[in-house]
Amino acid sequence: MNTQYELNKNLAQMLKGGVIMDVTTPKQAQIAEKAGACAVMALERIPADIRAAGGVSRMSDPKMIKSIQQAVSIPVMAKVRIGHFAEAQILQAIEIDYIDESEVLSPADDTFHIDKTKFKVPFVCGAKDLGEALRRISEGASMIRTKGEPGTGDVIQAVRHMRLINQQIKHIQNLREDELFQAAKDLQVSYELAQYVYENGKLPVVNFAAGGIATPADAALMMQLGADGVFVGSGIFKSGNPEKRAQSIVKAVTGYTDASILAQLSEDLGEAMLGINEQEIELLMAQRGI
Amino acid sequence: MKKNIGVLAVQGAFAEHINTLKKLDINTIEIRKKSDLTENHIDGIILPGGESTVMGKLINELGMLNSLKKFIQDGLPVFGTCAGLILLAKKITNDDNVYIGTMDIEVKRNAYGRQLGSFHTNGQFAKLGQVPMTFIRAPYIENVSKNVDILAQIDNHIVAAKQNNMIVTSFHPELTSDLNIHKYFLDLI
Repeated sequence: MNTQYELNKNLAQMLKGGVIMDVTTPKQAQIAEKAGACAVMALERIPADIRAAGGVSRMSDPKMIKSIQQAVSIPVMAKVRIGHFAEAQILQAIEIDYIDESEVLSPADDTFHIDKTKFKVPFVCGAKDLGEALRRISEGASMIRTKGEPGTGDVIQAVRHMRLINQQIKHIQNLREDELFQAAKDLQVSYELAQYVYENGKLPVVNFAAGGIATPADAALMMQLGADGVFVGSGIFKSGNPEKRAQSIVKAVTGYTDASILAQLSEDLGEAMLGINEQEIELLMAQRGI
Repeated sequence: MKKNIGVLAVQGAFAEHINTLKKLDINTIEIRKKSDLTENHIDGIILPGGESTVMGKLINELGMLNSLKKFIQDGLPVFGTCAGLILLAKKITNDDNVYIGTMDIEVKRNAYGRQLGSFHTNGQFAKLGQVPMTFIRAPYIENVSKNVDILAQIDNHIVAAKQNNMIVTSFHPELTSDLNIHKYFLDLI
């Protein structure tokens, strides 16, 4: 792999143990940075509002993203539609730190993802299972996150995806070496990537949890299930006291194994986002792009 | 006896430092809260890469800042990489914050710009010869006091320095397979 790809994987390594927060204005970005976010995701509408508004959802206005880049000193990420390489070219031109090729926006292509190897800027992509994660990596993603179910405040899908990816990794490790060829075929991934998982027992890139995380306890749950860090979207700025909730989630990701710390962090956070259960929603964003 | 090295583990790439230290047959202790620092015997500490704003905030709010500062002032060997370098600096030229602030260096954060400015190179490090250097949204040192030794420069910018028990690099030796910089730090102990 080339040097730029290594540097892009390295940036994701620096984000580990941290919280990446969705923000829609420079003011929210500053609140997030002050609360201890290790990066922000700049977007016009958070997933809960995208879900409520319906219609086609696209890349955010570059002017709005630039105003957030000026407001904070931490890395700034932004989303493009699945397969929309022109949107990605635009974000690269404004020197975004990370592009999220995201199922939260309306997909632009129902067959092809972006060829991310053609870009200098790094990409993070969502995955529900090991096959998806490794396919995105072969397309050039330098960071993976669970898809979860964005904009719901319901953590069940992020849990399902994280557990499944880890179970599938363990399954690969338990195979005989001569069974890897068929395993690669079953996962629809290259032999080399299957072999990497077999030898190392992990993905070749950092893996964050995302989609439905709303409380310090949710964040700690995902960390204990093996996430390298968490994305929090609607959970913060849809809640009663965003500053306090953001700070508590940051500390929960650092102290995720210490229940007495988690108990303190969970106290008196004000109202959590109301959220919706997965059975109550019509649009499953996680089904987009496989 | 094996040496015990604490690795600040509140956020960032601490696992990479721990892996490097294990290759050198060193005991490692993750420092996540104040008691990790005060209840263990440690011979030295590493402040890893990550986001300095996050790490600086957490060491303060988790109540570790004063103990860390005191240990370092009393001579505990410390090695700061990237964000760790920023935590040790007495002045950040483009930011009003000061965190541990024990080292007489002035540092510029994100000095090479955004991720597209991140790069890898090889450079001369003290008397060790050429070492691989990976810079990720890295800072560099703009000024040092007379009592600080410059260990490495790239394009006329200071990227590594030493003052008594403190070593800093704006690049990430823990991201490469080269063990020389960690050995150089361990020789301080």
